Amino acid sequence: MIALSLALMLNSALSLSKTTAVLPTTGRHPLEQTALRHGARMFFHYCVACHSLKYMRYSRIARDLKLSRQQVMTHLNLTGGRFNDPVISSMPAALATKAFGKVPPDLSLEIRAKGAVWAYNYLNTFYLDPKSPIGWNNTVLPNTTMPFPLWELQGEQVAVVGKDGHQVQKLEIKQLGTMKPAQYRQATRDLIDFLTYVSDPAALQRRRYGIWVMLFLVLFTFLAWLLKKEYWKDIH
Amino acid sequence: MTSRWRHWLEERLPGLTRMIRRHVTAYYAPKNFNLWYYFGSLALLVLLNQLVTGSFLAMNYKPGIATAFDSVQYIMRDVNWGWLIRTMHTTGASLLFVIIFLHTFRSIMYGSFKKPRELVWLLGMLLFVVVMAEAFTGYVLPWGTMSFWATRVVVALFATIPVIGPHLAEWIMGGSLPADATLNRFFALHVIMLPLLLLFLVVLHLTALHEVGSNNPDGVEIRCGPKGNRWGKHYPADGIPFHPYYTLKDLVGVGVFLLVAAYIVFFAPSFDGWFLERNNAVMADPLLTPAHIRPVWYFSAFYAMVRMMPSFAGTAVWGPIAMSGSIALLFALPWIDVGPVKSIRYRGTGYKVALGIFVLAFVGLMLIGSNLTDVLFPWLFGANINLTKWTMIFGRTMMLAYFGFFVFLGLYTHLGWEKTRPVPERVRARG
Repeated sequence: MIALSLALMLNSALSLSKTTAVLPTTGRHPLEQTALRHGARMFFHYCVACHSLKYMRYSRIARDLKLSRQQVMTHLNLTGGRFNDPVISSMPAALATKAFGKVPPDLSLEIRAKGAVWAYNYLNTFYLDPKSPIGWNNTVLPNTTMPFPLWELQGEQVAVVGKDGHQVQKLEIKQLGTMKPAQYRQATRDLIDFLTYVSDPAALQRRRYGIWVMLFLVLFTFLAWLLKKEYWKDIH
Repeated sequence: MTSRWRHWLEERLPGLTRMIRRHVTAYYAPKNFNLWYYFGSLALLVLLNQLVTGSFLAMNYKPGIATAFDSVQYIMRDVNWGWLIRTMHTTGASLLFVIIFLHTFRSIMYGSFKKPRELVWLLGMLLFVVVMAEAFTGYVLPWGTMSFWATRVVVALFATIPVIGPHLAEWIMGGSLPADATLNRFFALHVIMLPLLLLFLVVLHLTALHEVGSNNPDGVEIRCGPKGNRWGKHYPADGIPFHPYYTLKDLVGVGVFLLVAAYIVFFAPSFDGWFLERNNAVMADPLLTPAHIRPVWYFSAFYAMVRMMPSFAGTAVWGPIAMSGSIALLFALPWIDVGPVKSIRYRGTGYKVALGIFVLAFVGLMLIGSNLTDVLFPWLFGANINLTKWTMIFGRTMMLAYFGFFVFLGLYTHLGWEKTRPVPERVRARG
């Protein structure tokens, strides 16, 4: 167990060392409802045009985020699926391949695969790059073919390069968008929280039941220990 | 009423009561078991968990490369309590290895593999091998990227065998790449053949153990000591009936273990990518190689041996030979370590040091196999060190230490170099 927790710590260190920033702490739980709802709004406003969530049903989102069927179908579902359908992007694969060179990945399991820290950093490290065909580049995923859909929120970020002219030293906001930097960080954090939930929706139930299961087991173990003590008192 | 039923059953199945007496109520176990003795019953508990949760998973899992990945997500999202069943199964797999490693170490440390328990040990080692096969075939089933690459790597081990290797690999996979045929046969092995073998071996392991009786932390044979306890004149004086004493004691162990397991299941099911790996959240794609291929943690030490072994004489078979040799040597342990004293408590200093080094070597190999040295070394020795070179040097040293343990132990005990301490006549009182 000790070796495992050591390994766990080292693994966290490993994933952090690869990225440029850590998730901002908000004092809110990652799966808090308000954040999830805001994140969902972000996703369905900015992402669903290209990215599907093929393992996530609208009805499940409604149930877990405590939204009514009507709310989901009018404000979130803009691509025409039915209530029990999974979230499928409206972009035809052929068009996507033509536009971006590949079909934009399904994001159902993106956070499971890449981690929340990676995804958060990805959304925060886009910068203007005239050399790139789409005009944007990214420090986490260099030469990404994804246009930066959130630019109107964050504004225009530019890279300060080192002496060699290539190595990005830091990123600076040249032109503010509709959000202040802190607001933007919070908004992307909420979006990542929503995708974290999508990648493992059972997490909401798990945490709820987990407490009770643990409490029961504490009681069970205590009673078992009392019983054992009683039986063993004459063994020397 | 109860006695009537019992009588009815007794007439038709006379062996049943005898079996319960023999293995539970009148099985006399040494009274001085310590913490290390919980892991046997825990292994059984986790095995049962795997069988039950596995059966429910099989109801919803669809083998086949077009359906497997989706059906796992279906289990996680649409099947009632599917997430709980699957998480219990995946957590159980990792925890079973934690338990087995500790259980095996206990056996080495207290000399439980020595005469008269060689067969118990051999059956236990066989169980370990079958559990590894079970874990491997199960790992392939979700058909994620790591499932695919794990199959490639493991099959490649067989492919290194001269002459027959490539044919053997093709025969195992049912093709030249892991594909539909591979997944379906691994599913069959995982849910039918290997579990049956596992159960059969567990029965033999326990029967063989109860024939000779349990060892204990003092390594004293209670059956050779004085006779007579409050349950009968012929029972060993230092033995107590398994039930109710050890059933109750194990129940406390079960409670503590389940607390740990429940914490993982409910709050950290992927264990930050160690129990359920990140790359396996991406469906298998033969054209997509992940940047870092590392085996799941419980195979990492054995995988490291393959990595550290050089290829020479025109073949790469030495890696797989070292890996299987590391397990084969464990099988042979009762005939390598022939020291008369069982428990580490009364063994020579040389043994204690050697065992400590052996454990460190195993942990060191695990660090390499799971790529943790790639983080550890720069952190310890600065970012400029030659990682490849030092990983190789460290890894080969650890391998030497692992194999050296057996060589040392053979010489140490066969040539009578060990200076043991006197073993007490009877087990010491419970601490």
